[in-house]
Amino acid sequence: MSFKNYMTRYWQLYALVVLPLAYFLIFRYGPMYGIQIAFKDFNFFQGILGSKWIGFEAFREVFGMRDFYLALRNTLMLNFLDLIVSFPAPLFLAILLYELKVVWFKRLSQTVLYIPHFISWVIIGGIVYQVFGTQSGMINNLITSIGFEAIPFLTSKHEWLATYLMVGVWQSAGWGTIIYLAALTGINKELFEAASIDGAGRLKRIWHITLPGLKSTIVVLLIINLGNMITIGFDRPYVIGNLAVREYSDVLSTFVYRVGLQSGQYTMATVVGLFQAVVGLIFVLGANYTSKKLTDESIL
Amino acid sequence: MKEQNASRWFDRMTVIILTITTLLCLAPFVHLVAISLSSAGPITSGKVSLIPVDFTLEAYAKVFSDASMIRSMFFTIGLTLLFTASCMLMTIALGYPLSRKKLKGRKMMMLVVVITMFFSGGIIPEYILVRNLNLLDTVWAIVLPGLINPFYLIIMVSFLNNIPESLEESAEIDGSSHFRTLLSIMLPLSLPVLATLSLFYAVGRWNGFQDTLMYINSPELYPLQLKLYQMVQNSMITDLLKSEGGQRNMLLVPESLKAASVIFATVPILLVYPWLQRFFVNGVMLGAVKG
Repeated sequence: MSFKNYMTRYWQLYALVVLPLAYFLIFRYGPMYGIQIAFKDFNFFQGILGSKWIGFEAFREVFGMRDFYLALRNTLMLNFLDLIVSFPAPLFLAILLYELKVVWFKRLSQTVLYIPHFISWVIIGGIVYQVFGTQSGMINNLITSIGFEAIPFLTSKHEWLATYLMVGVWQSAGWGTIIYLAALTGINKELFEAASIDGAGRLKRIWHITLPGLKSTIVVLLIINLGNMITIGFDRPYVIGNLAVREYSDVLSTFVYRVGLQSGQYTMATVVGLFQAVVGLIFVLGANYTSKKLTDESIL
Repeated sequence: MKEQNASRWFDRMTVIILTITTLLCLAPFVHLVAISLSSAGPITSGKVSLIPVDFTLEAYAKVFSDASMIRSMFFTIGLTLLFTASCMLMTIALGYPLSRKKLKGRKMMMLVVVITMFFSGGIIPEYILVRNLNLLDTVWAIVLPGLINPFYLIIMVSFLNNIPESLEESAEIDGSSHFRTLLSIMLPLSLPVLATLSLFYAVGRWNGFQDTLMYINSPELYPLQLKLYQMVQNSMITDLLKSEGGQRNMLLVPESLKAASVIFATVPILLVYPWLQRFFVNGVMLGAVKG
């Protein structure tokens, strides 16, 4: 087919992609041009081109900052603890829901459990500060009414950590449950029938059929989570964290925001952002590679 | 017989556990509603847990009479509609051509998209870009940067790929242009995916916070979450003061005011939620399969 014929047939498709591709170029690749700020002593008035080149000097400075290591440690720590704490609940709930025969109750439970995943972190923050508040919070009301002292859930760093993790479970359990339930519907029902004919009770069936059937889903989710160990959302730690617990609540994303946009130290913030993007990429590629290796062995 | 008893016991335990779990899940909301409907005294003395004490609608009266809250709500609704419509237009405009296997340059374009899923400039370069484009403190700063989500784009392309080629071919034989095929055949067949992606975009924008924090300064342009954050933030400081000095703060209506604002911001989502839920569940499955 000649070029002219091809274009006559397909020009409309190319017309369609012009604007979307322009979007990618400007708003996705455009910022990549700005990465060189990490290597320059950036000054707004001089702009990117006008600012002086300083090579890796900013990197040296950032890697010497205690706050940076705190943010890095917190990012890894919060992600890792989140993984451990938030892992069992959806699995447990999905198995229970799967075993349930009463359809309306099943659907109602799912609907309710999924709600926290729908609301913004700002709203969750508002809820958290009320529920866990020292003075009028629901939980401390209960605690003080039976004679104990109020617990500083949000202002003392260890308690804050526990609160942060519990809120994570509350927010994500419903979503995880849906994923596992979807995986459970993929298990061959005949396996269950055969097992009960052989005399296996509920718990035995769960242990020998349900859980192994979920193994591949669990592994995949684990690997995805590990691949994202250095990435952390901004909203949640920013809204739930506060000055009093900054030693635990400051993570790479909030660090970049604070140092970059609030203090105007653009170069340093860009350095940290670049560090996070590169390390994050390595983690993700490593996780994908591992997943491919394991998939060959265990699933499909 | 024993097996049946054990089975029934298990069922009963399941129902009990699930009931407790769902009640615990709802408790925070119930507490907030209770606080929002209670009077200052009982709130301070810690008497309000799940039921309003000294019922009053004062807090809600304040919220509804706050012009900036109402304006923010309407602005956010408009913003979400604008955003969702724009995103869907762009996603379809890129997704349909990319699903046509005979398109030359298709693989290159796909690569351009996929790379952005694994690497990005970071928020500082993004901020500099928005600033250089003079978009700071405008609606466009929170609409344009997220115009196409690569992940959703891939979902769209995969879905369109699954529509039998015979349909495209017979349309071509009938002399239909690509535009026409897209509008009269592909889109009607894609309604589930279109609904799902629209909802993903819409809820993402409605709940979005970080970009609004970075880019918006004028109070008239505060989307709902940012406005809500401004209100809730005060309570953080107040709570800190209280726990440090143990002193009573005279202004206690803040608690019920904040609670009423939170409920005010949550109700819209809860209202549309029953309809949304079905699409989100399907969408998660779509994403899980592709991912």
